[in-house]
Amino acid sequence: MSTAGTQAGTAADAPRPGAGSAAGAPRRSVVARVVGRVGGGAVQAVLAVIALFWLVPTFGLLIASLRSNEDNNGGGWWQVFSKPSQLTFQSYSALLDKSDFVDSFWNTVLITVPATTLVVVIASLAAYAFAWLEFPGRDWLFLLVVALLVVPVQLGLIPVAKLYGQIDFGGFKMAGSITGVVLFHVAFGLPFAIFLLRNFFAAIPRDLLEAARMDGGSEWTIFRRVVFPLGGPAIASLGIFQFLWVWNDLLVALVFADPSSQPMTQWLQSQMRQFTGNIDVLAPGAFLSLIIPLVVFFAFQRYFVQGVLAGSVK
Amino acid sequence: MKAEDSAPHEDVPHDKVPPADPAGGTAAETEPAATGRRRGGGRAGGIAPPSWLALFFLMPALLLLGFLVIYPIVFSVIRSFLDASGDSFVGLDNYTGIFQGHDNLVAVRNTAVWVVFAPTVVTIFGLLFAVLSERIRWSTAFKLVVFMPMAVSFLASGVIFRLVYQQDPDKGVLNAVAVGVHDTIKGGTGYPGAGPHAKTALVRADGGAVVTTGAFGAGQTALVPLLRVKPENLPKDAKPAAQPPAAKAGQVTGTVWFDFTKGGGGELDKPNTGESGLPGVRIEAVSGGKVVAKATSAADGTFTLKKLPSGSVTLRLPEDNFTAPYGGVQWLGGTLITISIMVAYLWVWAGFAMVLIAAGLAAIPRDALEAARVDGATEGQVFRRVTIPLLAPVLVVVLVTLVINVMKVFDLVYIIGGGDPTAGVLALRMWTESFGGGNDPGAGSAIAVLLLLLVVPAMLFNIRRLRQERS
Repeated sequence: MSTAGTQAGTAADAPRPGAGSAAGAPRRSVVARVVGRVGGGAVQAVLAVIALFWLVPTFGLLIASLRSNEDNNGGGWWQVFSKPSQLTFQSYSALLDKSDFVDSFWNTVLITVPATTLVVVIASLAAYAFAWLEFPGRDWLFLLVVALLVVPVQLGLIPVAKLYGQIDFGGFKMAGSITGVVLFHVAFGLPFAIFLLRNFFAAIPRDLLEAARMDGGSEWTIFRRVVFPLGGPAIASLGIFQFLWVWNDLLVALVFADPSSQPMTQWLQSQMRQFTGNIDVLAPGAFLSLIIPLVVFFAFQRYFVQGVLAGSVK
Repeated sequence: MKAEDSAPHEDVPHDKVPPADPAGGTAAETEPAATGRRRGGGRAGGIAPPSWLALFFLMPALLLLGFLVIYPIVFSVIRSFLDASGDSFVGLDNYTGIFQGHDNLVAVRNTAVWVVFAPTVVTIFGLLFAVLSERIRWSTAFKLVVFMPMAVSFLASGVIFRLVYQQDPDKGVLNAVAVGVHDTIKGGTGYPGAGPHAKTALVRADGGAVVTTGAFGAGQTALVPLLRVKPENLPKDAKPAAQPPAAKAGQVTGTVWFDFTKGGGGELDKPNTGESGLPGVRIEAVSGGKVVAKATSAADGTFTLKKLPSGSVTLRLPEDNFTAPYGGVQWLGGTLITISIMVAYLWVWAGFAMVLIAAGLAAIPRDALEAARVDGATEGQVFRRVTIPLLAPVLVVVLVTLVINVMKVFDLVYIIGGGDPTAGVLALRMWTESFGGGNDPGAGSAIAVLLLLLVVPAMLFNIRRLRQERS
């Protein structure tokens, strides 16, 4: 409606007998092209500045991690442009000599890999059931999963901590164990994972499954041979998401891990009390903790973006 | 049964509304299969697997969700009505407690500020980035750069921004820029604390400024000795003080210098050898209360005031020569801290909004935009009247997602705020009350339940969206 109004307005403004829209169109496009070229330069400049804003903070962290504490406390990281000799791997080698940091790195790996794998496997099974098996209450159960999508992690902290405190199988204590951290991550990752995978699995052509069932394949075989492989892209998205979520987590670790099972984020957090005096630990530590997610991100960014597009609810 | 008449209806929304939301896009494709299956279930009953089989596939998920998500929700609700030890029932005390006490009230206020501003600002930035990056060739690179922080933990982002926000302009990049911009606009800083010698007869302090005691006519020279110049404020390019150059007609020249000889000696009020000139001092010639000329001293401290009117003038060194240098903004102090943390949040999440909105933009039919342009709409009108309405569903999804996320923001506040209660938010209070020293799981549970209640609208939104997709 509004466009119609505008059209009427322009027509009235330009009373060109006979010329009509034929004359109007090329004229407009020339103007538009000029405006577009000038404006294009401005847009380029603005976006270049914005891109710089987005890059500089991380770059500053990288440079700070490559300078000694004395240099960092003597002046900002941009001094390396005039004094490149300040660059040194000293902070990194000192950090990697700290056994508790190295342990926390391996703890991060030991938490992230199982938490990711388990979510993918368990959620695929459930998503297959939701997409392709008939059972009473299926729609209601799936609505429940969707409802659980937004439940804040905070809700689980106190009760699960109490629950873990009661689990003690002759020597194995759940509280403070890597297993406890992993299971919590898996549980809170499941609603999103099931939601994402069910939508994807449901899109698999029905004929494919029917044919497999006709051939006498068991549901387990169909799941393993047909659905799971076909779900590749969705599973990749989910895997990357869960990986980043768990790798980057701090809150869950703070509650459920103890000094022997703490991941890198928690270890770094414990070094935060003294910020300026500890930059030689914090900067390289933070950089090491973000470099692996960053590599994963750049390697699989297509799937990452797909995951964002498919499941923007968590 | 309903499948027959639901099929034609389905096409209507999908044609008109371009991918209302990306998740819907995927689900929409699945629809024919899903409806087809429901019908086929009865017909091909022989092939359909028994329903008990589903239990095997669902069991692990149901066990984990049951014990670690659903049971905790129930437990938290009950726990929120009990006191710290969990022994006695305290009614709603834990809930009213959220709104009592300074730290709690600050956290409630900050959470409200977060929920109102952060999602909106992030969405606006995402929209801007998505629209603008459509017009450049390197849009993929741009999007990658802005999206990258999504992969970085809040902890690492926190460390990154603690570095950016460092107070000392020599260390924090933001204050370095702030000071640079400030000094370019308002002139560099001079000599804080400097002033006239107690014994000198040449100059005197006048408020924060320094003025000459005598008056000068054209052709005369003035000596302006100063003391108490801190060595670190003396620029490296300062040269030994020189005698004032000869003044021509209509000019007053002079020297402003550091009247102090290293190791003692030297004559008072004379620029002796070994005394340094003070470069960069701003000098004004004042006549009848008005500034009639201005000059800035050179490396050797000399200056020349030109084009003076007839009559005598006094010289004044305005106060800004002697005020403390601008030290930048205290980003992590006072109420500014929440805004500073939100900027870090924007840095992390703008890419998310941008990517979702860009996908929505790409799905807008070009004809709709072209039609509007052919009709004579300006780019601004096309954007406001066509693009935005067609994008509305995507924008809502982005906003809802961000609101849910903002409600839970913990790490960033904890790391950048460093435990400062002025920065507190509910999600952080929940942790502090129950684990970080508060030791009151009752109060913590109440905050957790409140957080859940706050996201219930989002929960209903999701369910409604799913229902719409399915019906």
